[in-house]
Amino acid sequence: MSAVSPSSASDAIIACNGLSKHFGGVRAFTDVAFQARRGEVTAVIGDNGAGKSTLIRCLVGVHVPDAGSIVFDGREHPFSNPDGARKAGIETVHQNLALIDELTVAQNLFLNRELVSRIGPFAFLDRKAMKREARSMLSRLSINVPSINQRVRRLSGGQRQAISICRAVGSGAKLVVMDEPTAALGVQETANVEALIRRLREQSVSVILVSHNFDQVRRLSDQIWVMRAGKMAATVRASETSGNELVALVTGAA
Amino acid sequence: MSSPTERAPVAHSAGAAEESRPSLSALLLDPSFWADWASVVGLVGLVIVFGIAQPVFLSVANLQALLLAAAILVVLSIGQTFVVATSGIDLSLAAAVMLGAIILGLVNAAGYGIFIACVLAVLATSAIGFLNGLIITAGKIPDFVVTLGTLSGITGLGLILSGGEPTMVGSTFLLKLASGSFGPFGYPVWVAIAAIIVAHVALYHTRFGVHLLATGGQVESAGALGIRTNRVKMAAYTISGFCAGIAAILLVARIGSAEPQINTSLLLNSVAAVVLGGVSLFGGRASILGPAIGALMLTALVNGLTLLNVSAFYQPLAVGAIVVLAALIMRYQK
Repeated sequence: MSAVSPSSASDAIIACNGLSKHFGGVRAFTDVAFQARRGEVTAVIGDNGAGKSTLIRCLVGVHVPDAGSIVFDGREHPFSNPDGARKAGIETVHQNLALIDELTVAQNLFLNRELVSRIGPFAFLDRKAMKREARSMLSRLSINVPSINQRVRRLSGGQRQAISICRAVGSGAKLVVMDEPTAALGVQETANVEALIRRLREQSVSVILVSHNFDQVRRLSDQIWVMRAGKMAATVRASETSGNELVALVTGAA
Repeated sequence: MSSPTERAPVAHSAGAAEESRPSLSALLLDPSFWADWASVVGLVGLVIVFGIAQPVFLSVANLQALLLAAAILVVLSIGQTFVVATSGIDLSLAAAVMLGAIILGLVNAAGYGIFIACVLAVLATSAIGFLNGLIITAGKIPDFVVTLGTLSGITGLGLILSGGEPTMVGSTFLLKLASGSFGPFGYPVWVAIAAIIVAHVALYHTRFGVHLLATGGQVESAGALGIRTNRVKMAAYTISGFCAGIAAILLVARIGSAEPQINTSLLLNSVAAVVLGGVSLFGGRASILGPAIGALMLTALVNGLTLLNVSAFYQPLAVGAIVVLAALIMRYQK
């Protein structure tokens, strides 16, 4: 069970092999194999400094790995920067959420993807269509906000997280990557965001989830990958593991 | 004249949230309402006070003169608004107006047509704006420092080019622009109205407008979503420069010559109008109508004080008091 399973590329939305990344003399991770299946929630866990954040940054194009291959949606070496990753279909829910406080919910959902209608050479915002579409995006994921015309500044942490996830999903992304989506949230808000992630899973959205919370990972994900000291230590099905086993895998006591 | 105050709360609640429509009294007690509508409230207040104290203030001739006098400041305030919306500030605005005027005068004096002179003036001020934006974004230097530097640099350039001498510009086109009118308003007023409409559409109905506010609001977040924030900033400064060029043409038309002098009150009042208009100096929040009304209010203040025979020495004092007061009210802006 603790052996890393070989990648079967057919059902993988993203798969990487022999991935290594160094920063100067500091080794972030070496020879890592990882894959996420289409329509599943795939979790990456590990201690601080285990290399999971760097791995995720390589997957979403922020870092370029020193060695190894990434295959996304059947394409090898699909992108070399975050913008390319977005265009290829990987949306990241950033830890700082990348929301603009002074803009409304609808404006944030369509930021840099605004719908326009053209009149001659000029393109004007189609605000009606964006509001309509924003409402249906939110209702599809059962996200409650007071109003789509509300400034994001006035929303709670959980609502902001939900908007951020909704934007990622709503862009038609093939893969949504979430880095510690409930790290800064209270109990109730964490429950709301978890419910949202469960709905994504029901709708067969492919998700990669980075988390510190082993219970959460077991509740939400299908497959769990464990990193330890710059290596991929193990991968297990969430349904076949226990909290104790995960602790043992993360700490190396197994 | 009381209609703007009555209409304002309705428009406010409609824009804020669909489901909650606060009552009028609750709205009037809410400090953020006064913050959002400071310029409108101030303008209405001034009109009422001056109208009672000096009925001539409300005469059609005086109101027309007031609008005419406000046109230049309105255009400059719009330019300043675009920069402030990105959380910047353009201190070189009035200096750019001076340089634009001098270039207009010199090109015209050199025998080229007035049309070419105007185009070159606008091109020069737009280039100054672009340069401001380029230095700020490429050099990662605070807006304040860069535009303070260009303020001084442009002033020097203007003095060098003009030799410190004013240039007379005797052009029938500019004379008509300054004194002619269409319908109830003089041409400069129409120029200002056109600027308001174009800027309003650009801010609220284009992708550029949203990206401008996003850049001013949270520059890292905007960048993370693929918005090219440096380009947006450079565009904002270029727009500011363009507005300075239009203002330069209106100024030369108004006084009939290109003076190598900076009208510092134009700069200060442009910032004051932006603040009065409810635009956040921290960026991300802007309107066009607000600063335009703010500019109108500042002009009305000077006009009214003049009609009341208050010494011109008191005018900067009054402007300063009102701006600080507005800034205090702005703290309650949500």
